[in-house]
Amino acid sequence: MNPRLRWRKFVSNFMLTMTCCCALIAVSVLFFILGNLVYHGGTSINWNFFTKLPVPVGETGGGMANAIVGSAKLLLLATLFGVPIGFLGAVYLAEFSGSKVAFVVRYAADLLNGAPSIVIGIFAFTLVVHPFKHFSTFAGGVALGIMMIPITLRSTEQFLLSVPRNLREGAMALGASKWKTIATVVVPAAYRGILTAILLAFARVAGETAPLIFTALGNSYWSHGWNQPTASLPVVIWNYALSAYDDWHRQAWAAGLVLLALILVINIVARAILSRGISVPRA
Amino acid sequence: MKRITGILLAVLGFAGIVWADNPLSLTGAGATFPYPMYSKWFSEYHKKDPNIQINYQSIGSGGGIRQVTEGTVDFGASDGPMTDEQLKAYQDKHGFAVLHFPTVLGGVVPTYNIPGVSGELKFTPEALAGIYLGKITKWNDPAITSPNSGVTLPGDDIVVIHRSDGSGTTYIWTDYLSKVSSEWKDKVGKNTSVNWPVGLGGKGNEGVSGLVKQTPSSVGYVELIYAVQNSMPYGSVKNSSGVFVKADLASVTSAAAGAAKNMPADFRVSITDASGKTAYPISSFTWLLIPSKFPDASKRDAVKAFVKWMLADGQNYTEALSYAKLPKEVVAKELEALNSVQ
Amino acid sequence: MSAASTIVPSAGPVAGSRSFLSRLREGDEIARLITFLFAASVVLITVLLVYQLWVSSVLPRHKFGLAFFVTRVWDPVFDNFGALPFIYGTVVTSFVALFLAVPLGIGASIFLAELAPARVSDTLEFFIDLLAAVPSVIYGVLGIFIVVPLMRRFIAPVLKNTLGFLPFFKGPVYGIGFLTAGVVLAIMVVPYIISVSREVLLSVPRDQREAALALGSTRWESTWKVVVPFARTGILGSIFLALARALGETMAVSMVIGNAPTISASLFSPGDSIASVIANQFTEATGDLYTQSLIELGLVLFLLTFILNGLARILIATTSQRGSGMGNA
Repeated sequence: MNPRLRWRKFVSNFMLTMTCCCALIAVSVLFFILGNLVYHGGTSINWNFFTKLPVPVGETGGGMANAIVGSAKLLLLATLFGVPIGFLGAVYLAEFSGSKVAFVVRYAADLLNGAPSIVIGIFAFTLVVHPFKHFSTFAGGVALGIMMIPITLRSTEQFLLSVPRNLREGAMALGASKWKTIATVVVPAAYRGILTAILLAFARVAGETAPLIFTALGNSYWSHGWNQPTASLPVVIWNYALSAYDDWHRQAWAAGLVLLALILVINIVARAILSRGISVPRA
Repeated sequence: MKRITGILLAVLGFAGIVWADNPLSLTGAGATFPYPMYSKWFSEYHKKDPNIQINYQSIGSGGGIRQVTEGTVDFGASDGPMTDEQLKAYQDKHGFAVLHFPTVLGGVVPTYNIPGVSGELKFTPEALAGIYLGKITKWNDPAITSPNSGVTLPGDDIVVIHRSDGSGTTYIWTDYLSKVSSEWKDKVGKNTSVNWPVGLGGKGNEGVSGLVKQTPSSVGYVELIYAVQNSMPYGSVKNSSGVFVKADLASVTSAAAGAAKNMPADFRVSITDASGKTAYPISSFTWLLIPSKFPDASKRDAVKAFVKWMLADGQNYTEALSYAKLPKEVVAKELEALNSVQ
Repeated sequence: MSAASTIVPSAGPVAGSRSFLSRLREGDEIARLITFLFAASVVLITVLLVYQLWVSSVLPRHKFGLAFFVTRVWDPVFDNFGALPFIYGTVVTSFVALFLAVPLGIGASIFLAELAPARVSDTLEFFIDLLAAVPSVIYGVLGIFIVVPLMRRFIAPVLKNTLGFLPFFKGPVYGIGFLTAGVVLAIMVVPYIISVSREVLLSVPRDQREAALALGSTRWESTWKVVVPFARTGILGSIFLALARALGETMAVSMVIGNAPTISASLFSPGDSIASVIANQFTEATGDLYTQSLIELGLVLFLLTFILNGLARILIATTSQRGSGMGNA
């Protein structure tokens, strides 16, 4: 073996090992994050954390019950607002529309998707908070819902389009009208993908902080109804982490762990759903 | 499909039941300076009257002024009194005035984190202005070392920390610096948010104390209770009579003594650099910004009831948190002014 | 044969083979209308968003015009607002992030696409996707409590000792600053580079690779000199995507950048980014000019990310087309 070849082989092995290291570094970051959250926050996850309200500054023993419930309410609103628009819009794109309209709608969805979350927050502020003159859970839900729309729309459209034509044609041959075909054949055939899309969109907005700062603001108590400001996990984490109180730092870690665990579980479940049942062949 | 709808309805129904009892909820926002006090007050008041829930968000005095002017909160809070332009803007927007109600007295202290220095430093006005103007850059600068003969200060660079958000604490600090340094007054001025010559920004009093705590060789300005609660050292400041005074209840109260007698009708007054041997020079009132008209009578009554409680029982909680009580003359005037809230 | 006339094409607009009334009765027209309304609402929301941003930033446009983009001062006291420090901060942190993330990301994607067996590749990709799902505020928390002390105690002194002659590494070290924000951003955008580049590399037709190997190249040579260049527009697209993400990042950056509108060559200096200053100052901007200046910053950011995302999409699509086009040949 001549020296030149030896050198080339060495370079090859070396560089390929480096790429392996790169991949391992990237993956290990995830475990590093999880590990830190568990280490710093794990001990603070106790019954108090889940059931108590925050206590006055400087005192200990408070919890994040209102933030957890607040986040749940916000996400419920976001889903109710964003998912129907995304889903039904995607049905239109996949089943009814012509290419020009489809292009415009997709373009708009991409524009919305790329908007930084802080800009969506400004938008929701001018749209909901300013005219109605108060911060509210509703405004926060709208902001998060707007963020869910493009993800839901594009993914649902793709999964609907990937349903093979013969399924549709078969239904129509049996005399079903178009909407019946869509409702009873096409959508169920693509439901795994659609569900995955919704779950992923949900997980994405669950961690969003910036849009909530100007819309839901925050609350040290339970937020009643939909018209009042509400605490939410991400915003509370932000405020507590930036403070100087060690007790708040502890709680921020714990809340971070809870939030991340929730998001990761949803992601894993969503991907499992998708990979389990491929009722449509992959494109 | 049916199952999902059923579950959804059950959830919404449950939500309705759980939150069916609706206490009256007020939202206020603003200063972080008195936040420890307010969070204690609102919590105690809620215990006293569980039907009223006052949600206070400490987003900075600038935020308090802005949101109360926008009308998105029921009341605001600020340690920088609203300027004439801001008052006019409010009047133009709403058709009625917004009123200032002092709540407590507090002091803004220079807190620091210098490795190896645990004792108390003495700061002259020139030193503070010089540090924040960026002209004094090292801890062993003569302006800082000369009043501190017993302390060895390192030659490290000073990390200056200020507020990144619109802040009444900033207003008090820059008001003081404008009074003691003409260069500061011309170059930077006083406001809730200024163009800082140097330094890093922290969000809220919480953020500044957090940054100072974590950054060696740093100095920041925070309300007294934040330094105390976080066990951070803070310095004494030389007042206009030449005495180095540390911020505490007595020194802050004596700073307000002169103002108490001559309190203007709208309660907007600055007590920085007050005269008097025992006065702490960086003291201030902090105010609640309350609209003079409430369209909702129950909210108006709740606010008035709270202010009355605050001026009476509430004042008993202040000292435990290192805020000074309001002078009696001021309390009397406020109770009178409260009648003009309709 | 009469049955054939009732078979309607499965996708696309309904042909006029049935009368309008029969379509209406069977509910198709209503379904079409309803779904159209929802699709149109997406467009409406987007248009409204851009319109609101534009209309709500009219004051600074009139007062400062284009000078807004080159003014260094951000002074709420004297009502003088300039975007330059924030544009600078956004650009610097993003470039630091890319500088760190691109080699790491491309290296990892090469490993995943070329070397790793399919199952390993899929599993690792699964974890990388999870990394992309971690919320920004959690990166911020880790930034404050872990990266900042690390930066202050170890990384910055080392950099100062070795590379201190460069203007980037001069100046006092606070722990927070451009470099820290860049590092945190790098970690946040690496998953995007990896997953898109991996897809793009996987779509390079096998015969390219095999031809190179047949000619005697080592695996690395065939990868680096044949496959990667083939996919380079797609990889570039992934970088643009990552850049667009980095530009819009708000929470993590605002927690570690220092919040001082400074322009400094030193990477240790504190600074501010567009998204971060909006998050910090929006609820408190007193006065219309102040608020609207912040909104104009938001508009600028929006346009930047929009352009980058568009470019990214075009680049990625180009590579995929090339791959599938030539693969069929």
